Amino acid sequence: MLLVQFLLLSSVLFCIGIYGVLARKNGVMVLMSIELILNAVNINFVAFGTMTNNIAGEVFALFVIAIAAAEVGVGLAIILLIFRNRNSIDLSSVDSLKG
Amino acid sequence: MVAQNVFFGIIAFVMICSAFKVVTTKNVIHAALWLVVVLAGVAGQFLLLGAEFVGVTQILVYIGAVVVLLLFGVMLTKASLGEEADLNMPNRVLPAVIAALMFGVMTYALIDTFRDTELPRESVTNAAMVSDSIFADYIVPFEAVSVLLLAALIGAVVVARKE
Amino acid sequence: MVALSAFTGDAPTSLIQAGGWFLEKAWIIPALPAISFVLILFFGKRMKYKGAELGIVSIAVAFIFAVCCAGQWIGQVNNADSHVEHQKQHQEEKHLDDSHNDGDHHETLSEEIQGTYSNELELASGQDLTVFAAAEEDDGHDAVGIKPVVERFTWWESGGRTFQVGIMVDGLAVMMLFVVTAISLLVHIYSTEYVAGDRRYTHYFAFLSLFSSSMLFFVISENVLQAIVGWELVGVCSFALIGHWWEEKPNSDAALKAFLTNRVGDIGLLIGMSILFWSAGSWSIIEINNAAINHEIGHSTLLVASLCLTAAVMSKSGQFILHTWLPDAMAGPTPVSALIHAATMVVAGIYMVARLYGVFFEGYDIAGSSFNILALVGSVTLVGAGLLAFVQDDIKKVLAYSTVSQLGYMVMALGVGAWTAAVFHLFTHAFFKAGLFLGAGSVSHAVHSFDMKKSMGGMRKFMPTTYKTFVVCTIALMGLPPLAGFWSKDEILVGTGGWGMFGGTGGNGTYVFALVMGIIGAALTCAYMTRVIYLTFFGEFRGDTHGHGDPQESGKRITIPLVILAAMATGAGFLNLPVGFLSGSKSGWQERFGHYVEPVATYFPPIAHGTPSWSLAIFSTVVALIGVSAAGYYFFIKVNAQSPASTELANGLTEKNRIAKAGHTILKQKYYLDHLYTDVIANGTKGPVADAIYWTNQKGIDEAVNQVGKQTARVSTFVYEKIDQNMVDGVVNLSGRASEGLGETTRTIIQRGKIHQYAAIMFAATTILAGLLIVFV
Repeated sequence: MLLVQFLLLSSVLFCIGIYGVLARKNGVMVLMSIELILNAVNINFVAFGTMTNNIAGEVFALFVIAIAAAEVGVGLAIILLIFRNRNSIDLSSVDSLKG
Repeated sequence: MVAQNVFFGIIAFVMICSAFKVVTTKNVIHAALWLVVVLAGVAGQFLLLGAEFVGVTQILVYIGAVVVLLLFGVMLTKASLGEEADLNMPNRVLPAVIAALMFGVMTYALIDTFRDTELPRESVTNAAMVSDSIFADYIVPFEAVSVLLLAALIGAVVVARKE
Repeated sequence: MVALSAFTGDAPTSLIQAGGWFLEKAWIIPALPAISFVLILFFGKRMKYKGAELGIVSIAVAFIFAVCCAGQWIGQVNNADSHVEHQKQHQEEKHLDDSHNDGDHHETLSEEIQGTYSNELELASGQDLTVFAAAEEDDGHDAVGIKPVVERFTWWESGGRTFQVGIMVDGLAVMMLFVVTAISLLVHIYSTEYVAGDRRYTHYFAFLSLFSSSMLFFVISENVLQAIVGWELVGVCSFALIGHWWEEKPNSDAALKAFLTNRVGDIGLLIGMSILFWSAGSWSIIEINNAAINHEIGHSTLLVASLCLTAAVMSKSGQFILHTWLPDAMAGPTPVSALIHAATMVVAGIYMVARLYGVFFEGYDIAGSSFNILALVGSVTLVGAGLLAFVQDDIKKVLAYSTVSQLGYMVMALGVGAWTAAVFHLFTHAFFKAGLFLGAGSVSHAVHSFDMKKSMGGMRKFMPTTYKTFVVCTIALMGLPPLAGFWSKDEILVGTGGWGMFGGTGGNGTYVFALVMGIIGAALTCAYMTRVIYLTFFGEFRGDTHGHGDPQESGKRITIPLVILAAMATGAGFLNLPVGFLSGSKSGWQERFGHYVEPVATYFPPIAHGTPSWSLAIFSTVVALIGVSAAGYYFFIKVNAQSPASTELANGLTEKNRIAKAGHTILKQKYYLDHLYTDVIANGTKGPVADAIYWTNQKGIDEAVNQVGKQTARVSTFVYEKIDQNMVDGVVNLSGRASEGLGETTRTIIQRGKIHQYAAIMFAATTILAGLLIVFV
């Protein structure tokens, strides 16, 4: 197996995730796209770890999984809060940051 | 090797198609289910790379917990179970262009750098090796992650609770 | 063998491990105030003196420990000296033996052996964390190694890298321990009266303890990681203490300003330290210095690291152009200004340079050059801040600018390679500047104001002790002999090495501009301090005590620290008398400070020492006296003759001369630096740029769109009757709608709060940058 096939797979997933983050209005969908991005990164970690024969790649993939779990938890909490305040999770209507 | 490459190809194909469905489908529940397919595919790739423990953890944590959490989010925000018309931004060309450009740049860089790098054949790692590494070399990041998880737990409760 | 001292120079001939209970247990010194901080925090309010007693006791014990450390260190160096003498006698005896039986052959051989041995020793000591204290004998520089006390244990490990904490105690650290604990103790005692009855009295003492603790932690840190922790802790405490009276907006603003300005430099610190870590492969200060001196790190890497660290020095030690926080930091209680903004925290930057001197020395090529950023920053600060001190009416602000200016002296001295002079100036400056600040606090305690023009004047009648101590400290600051400031300032001027005109030699390079700036700065210091003395203590009392009678002298707990500091300001200079000043049996009193503090070590670069010159000392004193007499003539004679209550001449130079007036305005506006930072940079990025884009959208694009639409519509109405209406209308509508869409898109992309747009910009920018990186690198 070549290393580059995994890296390319990972970059495809990453870019699809980016598209999802940018193109989706629904908060939960954006979170799902972020999961795609994180998984793409994980594939890279493990692939490079295998290439260099270094266990650190897998260890950090595990850390990323743990952090992703935390991120989903906090992200969903925020989305629930938005939903409760605005009765919608349409992110295009969340624009109170405007200058 | 051929078998591995064949499996890689099949899984990767399924993953990419499912990932497209995740970001294009009009049904939130379907998107979550397509996401399950992608995540399972990632676990499969981990197995191909010889990272058993990460693959199993991927299935346990992602498919077992994260997707369920996402489905709960869908439920609590009262998304309709059927198709929704209003899921996407009005302008989807710009994101597509950006993603395509980024893919182009990454593809060029990756192929340019790692064109012929072979992966070592016998590099299966098991849980014992991973745990040795975590609890010896990376104990401080491990503790940091546990603190982060705790903080996220408390933070999620504080943010989401009703007054 | 006989020529041992000649060929080894400052290199070691033997090693002695410094030891001693107090040196090895130096970690107790920062630990004591830290414990006191926790105790005051939890139990302070319930105690009899609201926690102040805990702070004072802890810092007093720490002070005693520091004194014991100093004693033990001096003892170790003296041991090393006698060891050298002993060894010399031994060698002479052996040399006699050698020459007795076939001397020539044997001696060449043993000299070779000695040579290789010495080389090996140097190599080994490089890895062996060795410091060598010089034992300077009358007949040259013999050296015996004293290993500094280095105690460390593993803090944590990650990914095969070990992070350690520990202490490193050598002469420099011992000196700083002494200064910090001494000033801190006096400030603690002073504060019990000064902030008595304050609403956050306990909180104040808690933070004073934490501050002392973190500064001491910074001082004894063994590695740069630990130093960064101490550095940041010091910054946090400074933030808390400047904003002690945070209910008033200016105070909390000043605290924020201090913190944020320091953050700017901290970025430099982090980057610089990371560069050093990755290039030296270790966090240890000694190992980084060794790697720098032995050229194991490339020169450009060292230069970049030095530049980054210089940014940190500029913010922490208040150097031009990041000095603006220091005068504002006077919003804190006066004892805090004395402790933090004069004596200890602001010298953290100086101390950091002194600690990592190998890096700076090699990075800036200090030896044999005539210009570097450190010397430039220092000398510009020295003169620039000295000028600013003239136009301040707030006595603390004058002192603040004076501090900035004196810190400029130290940075300049480090820049020109006068290491000992810089550290010695740090030492003496700590005493007289703390004395001046506490004196100013004492005056303001009596008149409840810091404004010299409105509420002071004639104070010498009311506050004799404060007056006397203030004048003594002022003379020390002016650098008039024989007080402390003279000796350290003179040594800095000597160290510039660019003074061939005075018939001297030595020094690391020819830093003529540093010498000129140093002398100008000395004259300025004299002049503005004369102004302070006149406005505060002479003339007529201009204040209003609201019917409480005349201002009263402060109590014992304020005056006693003042007297002690004035005594130190008088005597501290004699610790480092220049070489050649005394002769005969008294010559042992020369350069004691440098002898005990300056490491002659593998981790310390080979700096050259300037030879003191009488003509330079006399010249600088004359210039200083000219400064005093010019300002004295203006204030004591002309202004006083006009009216004892006036503070300046009615038709002075600034009124008559337009250039002088313009200069005065520039100084009053502090070179417009604050305007530059807030109005141009901050508001520029916040306001006008955003406004301009908004305006372009609203007025420019929208208006253009509207106008195009309107005008075309008008034209089309005009043409309506003449040409086929459908076609024209269609074109008009299309163009109108298209440009409207364009305006709408532009407007939504920038600054409209749409997170999707922000994310899109971010990803697009990343892609473009990555693409550029691939194409061009």
